[in-house]
Amino acid sequence: MIVAAGEAISIRVTVNGEVRSVKVLSHHTLLDVLRIQLGLTGTKECCLQGECGACTVILNGRAVDACLVFAVEADEGEVLTIEGLASEGRLDPLQTAFLEKGAVQCGFCIPGMLLSAKYLLKTNPHPTREEVQHGLAGNLCRCAGYYRFIEGVLAVAEATP
Amino acid sequence: MKSFAYARPESLNEALALLDEYGPAATVLAGGTDVVVRLRTGRVLPAIVIDLKRIPALRSDIRETGDCLRIGAQAVMSDLVADAHVRSRFPALAEAAHEVGSVQIRNRATLAGNICNASPAADTAPALLVYGAVVNLVGAAGHRSVPIEQFFTGPGRSVMERGELVESIDLPFSKEPYGAAFARATRRYGVDLATVNVACVVKAFGQTRLAYGAVGPKPLLAIDDSGKLANSKCPEEEKIAILECLISKATPISDVRASDVYRGALLRVMSRRVLDEAVANLRAQERVS
Repeated sequence: MIVAAGEAISIRVTVNGEVRSVKVLSHHTLLDVLRIQLGLTGTKECCLQGECGACTVILNGRAVDACLVFAVEADEGEVLTIEGLASEGRLDPLQTAFLEKGAVQCGFCIPGMLLSAKYLLKTNPHPTREEVQHGLAGNLCRCAGYYRFIEGVLAVAEATP
Repeated sequence: MKSFAYARPESLNEALALLDEYGPAATVLAGGTDVVVRLRTGRVLPAIVIDLKRIPALRSDIRETGDCLRIGAQAVMSDLVADAHVRSRFPALAEAAHEVGSVQIRNRATLAGNICNASPAADTAPALLVYGAVVNLVGAAGHRSVPIEQFFTGPGRSVMERGELVESIDLPFSKEPYGAAFARATRRYGVDLATVNVACVVKAFGQTRLAYGAVGPKPLLAIDDSGKLANSKCPEEEKIAILECLISKATPISDVRASDVYRGALLRVMSRRVLDEAVANLRAQERVS
């Protein structure tokens, strides 16, 4: 497949369990398409260089920075965003734990933080405190709410059999 | 971001033909963790981006092939960290891969891309150097293999010719037992480029391999065959002299991360630590066997 600069490319992506067909340009990132075309603005745009993690989503089972993935690379893929974390009207245990621990201050980093935490617990259901720190190292919080994020993740891990 | 043509070849031949056709106007895309940033800032302005991820010949697996472990071009850092063979037989590489960027970066960044960028601070480079890795390249003229110690030529530069791609990276299995260690100094915990990184392998029959990055225009390898560094009876002064000689290839510069003097001091201390740790790991294995 070759497309010219400025030529639209049709891609099919499963976003939060729903198949979405969209037309994108080669230089549009997954972040652009989620926010602008699909209106899923829970995924935040911030540093645009893979430093801050505000745009973290789970693509094909792996946490990634959506600002560093072209939309066309996600063609035929599966994406989980913050909008898909709660299921059937029930919050994800991580969301509940973040609320209970008072982990949310301004809230801007929270969608990315939750998806990194989700991925961490998927790959390592019972992490040590140090492993939680390492797993969340790619997500920056300007309110510096790190202590409570870690408490929230550890609480969910503890409640997991 | 400036728009570009996009190609997603489905075979190696198709990719090589595109590379040949577009020459310097083409940029290849694997994990994209560096390329996307460069495209966004305009540091590279290609006519076409060639996405390598749907080429079956550029594999993403890590497999044993006779006398080595072969890492496919598409294998990402997280794959290395999770792989049982890499963890057990090449632990310094697993450790280095675990320290690259953040988990989001490690889930996209390929080992092949890390070496193609040829950053003097590439975290996987010292580990590949001490393990004697071999880079398998493919181009229009065919296949060739380059020992990693000949691969890097300068900052951002390697022996790769225009139109060539990395097909895989081989890690030879050592016939003799060895201990290994990796260390990295950064300004803050996580998601920072290395101020200095060091890897060391000490072999049972005496060879010590020490490699270091971010202290010269390219990652460097130094080898000592005296056997003294792993010898507990060797006087301390002699060991210090040998280590000084091993780190003498370093030509650190001052930048935003550290001054040249501090880098030199870090290298001296960290080299000693990785040496001691590698020797301890070797001894631990000898006790087991």
